[in-house]
Amino acid sequence: MIELDNVGYSYGGGALLSNVSVTLAPGSFHFLTGPSGAGKTTLLKLCYGALEPTSGRVKAFESDMRGFDRDQMAMLRRRIGVVHQDCRFLDHLPVADNIALPLVVSGRDMLREAENLRELIAWVGLSERADALPPELSGGERQRAALARAVILSPDVILADEPTGNVDWEMSMRLLQLLVELNRMGKTVLIASHDLGLIRAAKSQVQARVLRISNRRLQLAGADL
Amino acid sequence: MNRGTIRSYFIGDAQADRVVPPSGFTARLTLFAAGAMAFLAVFALALSLAAGRLADRWASELARSATLRITAPADQMAAQTEVALTILRQTPGVARARALSPQEQAGLLAPWFGPGLDLATLPVPQLIEVTEDETGYDAAGLRLRLAAEVPGAVLDDHTRWRRPLVEAATSLRRIGWISIALIGGTMAAMISLAAHAALAANAQVIEVLRLVGARDVYIASAFVRRFTIRALIGAVLGTGLGMGGVLLLPAASDEGGFLTGLGFQGLGWLWPLLIPILGALVAFAATWAAARSRLKELT
Ligand SMILES: Nc1ncnc2c1ncn2[C@@H]1O[C@H](COP(=O)(O)OP(=O)(O)OP(=O)(O)O)[C@@H](O)[C@H]1O
Ligand SMILES: [Mg+2]
Repeated sequence: MIELDNVGYSYGGGALLSNVSVTLAPGSFHFLTGPSGAGKTTLLKLCYGALEPTSGRVKAFESDMRGFDRDQMAMLRRRIGVVHQDCRFLDHLPVADNIALPLVVSGRDMLREAENLRELIAWVGLSERADALPPELSGGERQRAALARAVILSPDVILADEPTGNVDWEMSMRLLQLLVELNRMGKTVLIASHDLGLIRAAKSQVQARVLRISNRRLQLAGADL
Repeated sequence: MNRGTIRSYFIGDAQADRVVPPSGFTARLTLFAAGAMAFLAVFALALSLAAGRLADRWASELARSATLRITAPADQMAAQTEVALTILRQTPGVARARALSPQEQAGLLAPWFGPGLDLATLPVPQLIEVTEDETGYDAAGLRLRLAAEVPGAVLDDHTRWRRPLVEAATSLRRIGWISIALIGGTMAAMISLAAHAALAANAQVIEVLRLVGARDVYIASAFVRRFTIRALIGAVLGTGLGMGGVLLLPAASDEGGFLTGLGFQGLGWLWPLLIPILGALVAFAATWAAARSRLKELT
């Protein structure tokens, strides 16, 4: 699905990442950990094309991202659901519309999707808040809304950056449950997280691989986690 | 950009319009700029058309007619007129030569001397109206021949005093068209600025839309449609007011000369109706260019 081949990245100063090679195979479940500032968010951005690698190649769905024009990039974003660390919304539209935004911009028939949308909103526990505006949500509610928005188009790949950063344990288990279920349906999942508890909980449900960024490199963490 | 997307700009889809938050001041700015510019464009257009009519009329009269004035003692007048007419009819390039009747001459003088003038009591020269054909005649040669055979004849081909007027009217028309172009350019600049302001104010909206997979066309069209529609509404209002203003100007009359001829005549009233359409096109192009350049800066 997504393939990083010897990728290096720097924001202009020294190299932040170098020689990163990883393949997210279809249906795989990965965690990405590492200390704050190690470059987890950066690596995810490389995966969905928000950043271009300074060296190496990133391939998505068998094609090199460097060759993508702006429309192809838009199409790519529809196949990769992303939960951003700083969940951004359209602040003038209610939560339900924000969650439905990927459907709207890709020209889906909203009437046909209405039932799906309602179910998904119920799943992330936002039915009561569906008409609220994003600035009126709590941090955890924002993250749940962001996750719902990331999966509404039923993308092949889901990249989640600290999706459980602001929610309590019970809610993070629910969100994990949702991601695990999507993975069982064949979606590829990559979650960046510090939360070792979450990673352990996931490992008991799916075969998750843990990648760790240390010293600018990406390593496969052992079974010690 | 295929026909489907062009159509979708105007028919629009309610969803796409909602993704961009309603923006108060750029909307009013665009409406006002388009209205004011359309209003000015109506007058510039009226000026150009009136100057054009004037220039055409003067130019065609200039090219077509001349006057031969014969001053002679009363007893020789008829004979000299006869000779002059004969010469004129023989001259190649002269289509018609006609001596004005005493009534016509009296009519020409009426503005100065009042009606009821008896020409017989005055030493008035005889006027001969000379009409050229397409090829035109050799004025210098004709003058030489007349000087020899009709000593009292003076050929006035009007060129001397009419040419500067035609030139003035022509440059007035040119200035009118240049004004229209400048008005269009100014409107494009103002709408461009407003569009850039709106795009900058909505940077986060655009970023979010990009992140969820919106194509540039989709994002741009949300802005383009708004600005085009606002400009169209503004220009319709401005044009309406401008046409109302032109309508209130005094009608064309001979006494008023040029000033009262400022306005539209007959089918000319259809011309200003193009202004809102052009205004909308200008807004469309300006917003489209602004959105394009802005979006290119984003990933
Ligand atoms: N746009 C940017 N320009 C310059 N430096 C940046 C930029 N974005 C991030 N950085 C730097 O790159 C490093 C990695 O940032 P990144 O956001 O990838 O870290 P992270 O692993 O996601 O951290 P956290 O766990 O805190 O979210 C940080 O030191 C950060 O300051
Ligand atoms: Mg991060």
